[in-house]
Amino acid sequence: MKILVVMEHSRGAWHRMSWETLAAAQALSADVEALVAGHETGELAQELARKRLSRVHAMESPLLAEYTADAFTATVAGAVERIRPDLVLFPHTYQSRDFAPKVATRLGRVLVSDVIRLRDDNGLVMTRQLFQGKLNADYRAAGPGPHFASLQAGVGRADAVEAGSAEIVTVRLDHGEPSRAVPHPPFRESSRAIDLTAAELIVSVGRGIKEKDNIGIVEDLARALGAELAASRPICDNGWLPMERQVGSSGQTVAPRVYLAAGISGAIQHLVGMKGSKTVIAINKDPDAPIFEIADYGIIGDLFEVVPALSAEVRKIKG
Amino acid sequence: MKILAAIKQVPARDTQLRVDTDARWIEEPDASEINEPDAYALEEALRLKEAHGGEVIALCAGPEAASQTIREALAKGADRAIHVEEDALHRFDVLGVARILAAAAAAEKPDLILTGLQSDDLGSGQTGVVMAELLGYAHATIIMQVEAQGSGIRVKRELEDGWFQHVDLPLPAVLTIQSGINRLRYATLMGIKKAKSKEVRKLTAAELGVPPAASVVLDRVYAPLRVKRTVMIEGPAAEQAARLAAILRDEVRVL
Repeated sequence: MKILVVMEHSRGAWHRMSWETLAAAQALSADVEALVAGHETGELAQELARKRLSRVHAMESPLLAEYTADAFTATVAGAVERIRPDLVLFPHTYQSRDFAPKVATRLGRVLVSDVIRLRDDNGLVMTRQLFQGKLNADYRAAGPGPHFASLQAGVGRADAVEAGSAEIVTVRLDHGEPSRAVPHPPFRESSRAIDLTAAELIVSVGRGIKEKDNIGIVEDLARALGAELAASRPICDNGWLPMERQVGSSGQTVAPRVYLAAGISGAIQHLVGMKGSKTVIAINKDPDAPIFEIADYGIIGDLFEVVPALSAEVRKIKG
Repeated sequence: MKILAAIKQVPARDTQLRVDTDARWIEEPDASEINEPDAYALEEALRLKEAHGGEVIALCAGPEAASQTIREALAKGADRAIHVEEDALHRFDVLGVARILAAAAAAEKPDLILTGLQSDDLGSGQTGVVMAELLGYAHATIIMQVEAQGSGIRVKRELEDGWFQHVDLPLPAVLTIQSGINRLRYATLMGIKKAKSKEVRKLTAAELGVPPAASVVLDRVYAPLRVKRTVMIEGPAAEQAARLAAILRDEVRVL
């Protein structure tokens, strides 16, 4: 099976998930090729050439200096037609979400997005989550390739990428269609006042809290423990806590000693932001909540009873 | 501005899900609701219409029961709706569903198509992007702000890790809307009353010329296997709290 991995980088630095995707491809096949698209990608291609790959494709154009869906779609779709892989893999990043479906559509194919497991079982089987992680689904690639998938964080391990040596094929593109979208430089809203990444203990609150006025009980637990207060996306969407307290793929990625999740069901977008935590404690009324799949300690119960009782017990111990 | 809001009905958040007998999908859920990111897309469409004039059309593919979500969209202020009635939408893959929606949208020639960035059921996060490609429209994803600007629009795109980016786009365009872009409104009594007389055009996938497709096959739906051994703390709340506090002191050692 020939696999083409579409690597992602910005301003000369790789996106970490590109390596994870490459490792997953190497685990599945002896015939893996990698593609890097951009302007002046020489050093990036050189680095790729030191991995166990059949070939490195460097797609070069000034039009690829800044990401646009139009230019990246034309470039990758053209490369897939030339390289003819059986499977094309993307890291499931925000950038891939913006253009990988467009590439597959242009070639009349379907992208299986946000894949959490990839295996060969008499053909390619791709596992992804349904219903915010409450169920899993196995998808089978049917008929001839190329098949397309984007891989969620953690499918492969970045440190498992095998070394080797590969030839570099540089393609200088001169397709002159300018992008319809005109991107401006990326910016940050404000300097981040709250750095959750440095916190040893985090108490995080989710939709189960029901109302803004109820957040006080979780805040009080954080105070009792000496922990930082964090939240899942819906809490910040509602304006109940500032965006800078959000943990997950659109917020901060944290790995504290203890992460206590109160009323958080554990959608994949949240889990990728906290699953590196040393100890995960989950309090949720739904025994099927996906957060329990990664929790070390779980309490199935009413957070409105358990959380205040826990604050009191913690204060008792601390004296 | 003629704006089309593509919305979807999904099982309500707290509904118990039951895998169906052949493990290919779920049984009819007890309660359904609008897909949350789509609710934000509809709200953004209504706000753009209020600011710049024009029309908002709600487009929904789904079973007869999805009429509930369509009525709510009309009650909130959509001018009319298109319902592609399809009982088993899960027989269509991502491309098939986008073909249905694109075919229905093409006839309307909208300036702007707004939809949620992903659905709470399938969660593919692709429908808007695939529609844009099928229609030949420009697009931008994960949008947190939309402003009219000259003959086009300027949007604020969410990037990873707290970064954002403004992007200028010509019209027509497709935008996938992020939850939290605005504050959702409730339907008023007057709105609910008015909705009853608004037009809902019914179509089918067959009429739009889209057969169920399958270059990837949904093989099996199942409950995830627990990989981690979770220590479950049982008992009444007070006991659970006392036991967890003891664990934090003796095993996790943070107290």
